[in-house]
Amino acid sequence: MSTSALQAAWLILARDLRLAVRRRGQFVQPLAFFAIVTTLFPLSISPELARLREIASGVLWVAALLAALLALEFLFRDDARDGTLEQYALSGQSLTWLVFAKTTAHWLLTGVPLALMAPLAGLSLGVPYAALAGIIAPIALGTLVLSLIGAIGAALTLGVRRSGVLLTLLTLPLAMPVLIFGAQATDLAIRGASFAAPLYLLSAMAVLGVTLAPLAASAAVRISLE
Amino acid sequence: MLERRIQAEHLHLWRGERHVLAGIDLEVGAGEMLQVTGANGSGKTTLLRTLCGLMRLEDGRVLWSGRNVYEDLPAFHSQVVYLGHEPPLKADLTARENLHYWVGIRRSLSAADITAALTRVGAGAWGDQPVRTLSAGQKRRVALAGVILFDAPLWLLDEPATNLDGAGQQLVGSLIDGQLAAAGVVIAAVHQELPVRSAPRRLELSAA
Repeated sequence: MSTSALQAAWLILARDLRLAVRRRGQFVQPLAFFAIVTTLFPLSISPELARLREIASGVLWVAALLAALLALEFLFRDDARDGTLEQYALSGQSLTWLVFAKTTAHWLLTGVPLALMAPLAGLSLGVPYAALAGIIAPIALGTLVLSLIGAIGAALTLGVRRSGVLLTLLTLPLAMPVLIFGAQATDLAIRGASFAAPLYLLSAMAVLGVTLAPLAASAAVRISLE
Repeated sequence: MLERRIQAEHLHLWRGERHVLAGIDLEVGAGEMLQVTGANGSGKTTLLRTLCGLMRLEDGRVLWSGRNVYEDLPAFHSQVVYLGHEPPLKADLTARENLHYWVGIRRSLSAADITAALTRVGAGAWGDQPVRTLSAGQKRRVALAGVILFDAPLWLLDEPATNLDGAGQQLVGSLIDGQLAAAGVVIAAVHQELPVRSAPRRLELSAA
């Protein structure tokens, strides 16, 4: 019996999660980076919470953005190397679905842990408890968009050796709206205001990304296999 | 059932300045095998990758069952298994898990199917070991188990016997014999003759 597209996507998601459990180091790296960067700010600026609170949203977002970018390189690289990507392209399944599954797995392994870790970093930067939701929700959504945009960049740079810098240069301009609205959402939350408006904008970007990014990334993967 | 026959008509492909495939014609029908030989860099791998649609042709066409494969690649791909020279296995998963995820994307497998395939290729004893602990020849055997599991009419094999010992070479031969007996089609790029029962057809590629 042949496998449906949804089942195939589910298998890929399950496989990537299982691989991540077996090879934890790769996924701890971006989290460690995030933790280090956010703890360096109080050390270098001032331990005064009032001052740190002023810059907390910016610090959290820049660190989250860079950590997410750091992890992007791994998205397709191993699969491209051992021929797994080739097998996906020849599976008779829609490559778009399979790429979407891989991107989702990537987000679950980097974006979600970042969103869960960010409140801790936020507390150390003087963010009030009431504002923590304003950190988790925007960072979870923002990293989803970053994973989706990054998937296009990661697929485009598959043929390039040591693609890290090029990948960052390609992805960074497209990631700016996420940074701007994400940091704004967190900043509004810290000030005790409603952060619904920027969160809606992030959601809209996520919807757009989910719809279009896998199409573009799968086309790029196909080109890289030629 | 559709006729199983792959035809390629004057395939042309350039890689930069190199004319890798210069007007290749071939036709292989049900129960037939084609051995592609040629020096390193003569385009054997390129030919196989072109036949399965991974590489786009500059000129010419590939037909499966009389139909141009580019018109419906997913439908064609569901009839093909391609094994490149690197076995597409994850070092951190066991042989069994690898097959489950690799072949499972195409067709649903039971644990018994996987066990049977692993036993067939003589990998029954180390099916539950992480692939990183296996030797190159053992990995190759696991990859061959994947080829059987796909249960596809067309096999495109790139040096299927690399890294295999004498018994392994015989195994590849008997697997191909089985595929041909089941009216399958096999195209293999090889350096050394594979020990198959029926005399295969040959295509010699010359370096461009």
